[in-house]
Amino acid sequence: MTGHSPTPDRSRRSFLTHLVAAPTLALVTRAASDALAPQPADAAVPTLPAIADLVDLGDLFILAGAPTSALLALAVEADGTIRFRLPREEVGQGLTTAVAVLVAEELDAPLTAVRVELEDARPELLFNQLTGSSNSIRSLYGPVRQTAATARARLVAAAAARWGLAPSALTTANGVVRAPDGRTADYGSLAAAAADPTLAVPGGATPKPPARHTLVGRPAGRIDARAMVTGAQRYTLDLDVPGAKPCVLRRPPTLGGSVRAVANRAAVEAMPGVLHVVTIPTGVAVVAETFGQALDAKAALQVTWGPGPADRLSDAEVRTRLRAANPPPLLPPLLTPYVDAEFDFAFVSHAPMETNSAVADVREDRAEIWSGLKSPIVARETIAADLGLPLDKVTVHVVQAGGSFGRRLFFDAALEAARVSKACRRPVRLMWTRVDDTRHGRMRPATHHRIRATYALGEVLSFEHRVAAAETDFRHGLGEIITATAAGLPSGLGNATLAQTLFLTTVKSPYHFGLTTRTLTEIPTGVPTGSWRSVYSANTRGAEEIVVDELAARTGKDPYLFRRAFLKTDAQRAVLDKAAQEGEWGRPMPAGCAQGIAFHEEYKSRTACLVEIDTRDPRHVRVTKAVVVADVGLPVNPRGVEAQMIGGLTDAVSTTLRAGLHLDNGLPLEGSYSQFHWARQRDTPRDVRVFVLPATGTEPGGAGELGVPAAVGAIANAWARATGSKPRSFPLSFDVDFTPYPR
Amino acid sequence: MPSHTFTVNGRSVTVDAPDDLPLLWVLRDMLGVRGPKYGCGVDVCKACTSHLDGTDVRPCVVPVSACAGKTVTTIEGLADGDELHPVQEAWLEQDVSQCGFCQPGQIMAAVALLRRTATPTDEDIDAIANICRCGTYFRIREAIRSAAAKMRAA
Ligand code: FES
Ligand code: FES
Repeated sequence: MTGHSPTPDRSRRSFLTHLVAAPTLALVTRAASDALAPQPADAAVPTLPAIADLVDLGDLFILAGAPTSALLALAVEADGTIRFRLPREEVGQGLTTAVAVLVAEELDAPLTAVRVELEDARPELLFNQLTGSSNSIRSLYGPVRQTAATARARLVAAAAARWGLAPSALTTANGVVRAPDGRTADYGSLAAAAADPTLAVPGGATPKPPARHTLVGRPAGRIDARAMVTGAQRYTLDLDVPGAKPCVLRRPPTLGGSVRAVANRAAVEAMPGVLHVVTIPTGVAVVAETFGQALDAKAALQVTWGPGPADRLSDAEVRTRLRAANPPPLLPPLLTPYVDAEFDFAFVSHAPMETNSAVADVREDRAEIWSGLKSPIVARETIAADLGLPLDKVTVHVVQAGGSFGRRLFFDAALEAARVSKACRRPVRLMWTRVDDTRHGRMRPATHHRIRATYALGEVLSFEHRVAAAETDFRHGLGEIITATAAGLPSGLGNATLAQTLFLTTVKSPYHFGLTTRTLTEIPTGVPTGSWRSVYSANTRGAEEIVVDELAARTGKDPYLFRRAFLKTDAQRAVLDKAAQEGEWGRPMPAGCAQGIAFHEEYKSRTACLVEIDTRDPRHVRVTKAVVVADVGLPVNPRGVEAQMIGGLTDAVSTTLRAGLHLDNGLPLEGSYSQFHWARQRDTPRDVRVFVLPATGTEPGGAGELGVPAAVGAIANAWARATGSKPRSFPLSFDVDFTPYPR
Repeated sequence: MPSHTFTVNGRSVTVDAPDDLPLLWVLRDMLGVRGPKYGCGVDVCKACTSHLDGTDVRPCVVPVSACAGKTVTTIEGLADGDELHPVQEAWLEQDVSQCGFCQPGQIMAAVALLRRTATPTDEDIDAIANICRCGTYFRIREAIRSAAAKMRAA
């Protein structure tokens, strides 16, 4: 059967672009008010569409951001430089490059002329400055192209006026307008004339149809690649903010503990290089001339601590509480065969390479903050309130960051730096140590899963999945987006809690498995949590893909062909087929080695992953090969999509096999990458092939988080086939094989 | 305060610092050389990897006193002016970087490997223990293979 996912018709949305008074061409764009509306369900499919089939989280983002005026700012300067202020964060996901490609495409400008700069926090953007949910390209694709197309039209109109020709007679290429008689004018020389508000632009501006794209869809290297390989790329703590001194915190021995007293403040203040010792709510801060001295002083502090909210909590209790909270599946009808499975996933650190960090310069009457922030508006509002400053006296700069994976939705380092700077009346550069980042940083919530699938006569009759999770903290502005759009959601969802809404708008099944139901039960634990790349999907869909293999085995089917038979659309099958072919599904493997396959669809994109695993050395299980196929609708930069899929694969290798956190009496035991066993070169496949399908649609789907869930399923399934064991508890190998750092 | 004189990226420097102050902080906080990154401070992540007299070291655990009279090369000192080192070129060709934060260390580790052997095996590449949290390992592997081939041909 050829099905289709009813999707909101986003092509109907249009954008209005306005001229800004400036010496050279400057434009802003906002969306017109024809907001998206969910389409009715297609009743012909055996499994009714899940909410995420009708309207997914990304749609909510697009809807919430639509009314914000002055969304995007583009300027063409007299030297031909094109500057685009991007109201999002770049953390390695390749967004700035993809946006530069879109701008260069519509302007017919060289990619090298485009500078994409990260916008400061602008509260007037409301819901339109949050980076998450693999949504940036989805929400920016239309307005960025419209803005750049308008700029091009104005440059052409300015050249036409100068030469006394009709704009339609002129062409553009490589940053130059050309007349039929051979005259040329580069964009820089037209930038002032194009800024003239009286300039007539006959015909307006329309973005190119995809058929005329010359850059979109072609692989492009990162625009900042050279800066990265020469050490010139500036991250937060590399910025030269005059007078900003290194600062580290001594943090409590349990999560969320408080400072009672510092016994040796004076002695520590007298240590070499130490400038200040100040107490803030989250710990005791040391400011010093160098980080080396600050770290020594931090270690020398003698602090008595108050309790935190989870002081006696350990993994075993979390597990017990999750199991108790998770309601059992419905009883199957008498004599109906079924597959039952329960899964546990440990807490996982985000562990971005660049630890949490921020620079703050707080004065009597104003403050300036620099940090890697994915929700800068909430950060600015919170920091202004905390400092007791009016909002317009607080400037928050968004700095390109060394990874995020969800972590930088929170701005704890920025708030801490602001508090320390205020207390010691000097600018500071605050850095979390790796140990603190691993232990006190946020975590992907531990989860427990109960899945029951009934089947008969070759059909899956029902698929029931109950998820219990330590509560995920969404208090970073996402809540406002969902609240603001709740009224437009399909019936009933508007009343669900934030987590339920997120769960229901992101997690869906790609298969016709009859009556398909999911529930989420969250329990508060006091452990600081946060969305982790793919939020609920890595665990939820990962577990489901394992059960799909077990259903196939129970019914005597091949895991690939079984999936193929139950997938809903041809587009899905095309992705799965390609993975099976390219990965030589079914090729003979030595004992202890096996292939595994899995599929995932989300963010209007779909992917299949096929891996090979070698479990012959139980102390070093290795994924030896991976084939990943991704259909993201319209890949703006296939090379960037490929990078995201490789990243998602490494996340899955790590968290499925070895990387997790042991919560022990209110604090994770792990304190570094030697303990939180993130994959290194020796743990990752030597053979990785990623196939990004050419455009299958007219709009880009999300790609940043897409790779994780299918890879989790494929690796677990390969492990199951290689070892003959059932993968049930993740990470699969999770011994405390190290001596924890002291608390 | 003891004084230490050594060479950083071709420039002679003298710093007054405690003997045991790690080189990483001398570079970053005293000399403004910010290519080497902090990722752990305990020789685990390898993000700070730089060269001391041509050998790869982790400046987060090298005391400044150990550098006296020696030559320190960081990622900033690898290229010859505008001309990139072949390993940096290979990194661009493979578009290795994602967030980029680990890459100065990855590149310095790869350069050191190719100094030890012109024909690194898969096992040699596996032995590079630098963490890349973004998971760019496969492109790193390809870039090292490509750089090695080009350097042999040169
Ligand atoms: S910072 Fe030097 S090894 Fe991690
Ligand atoms: S590129 Fe981000 S940690 Fe390696």
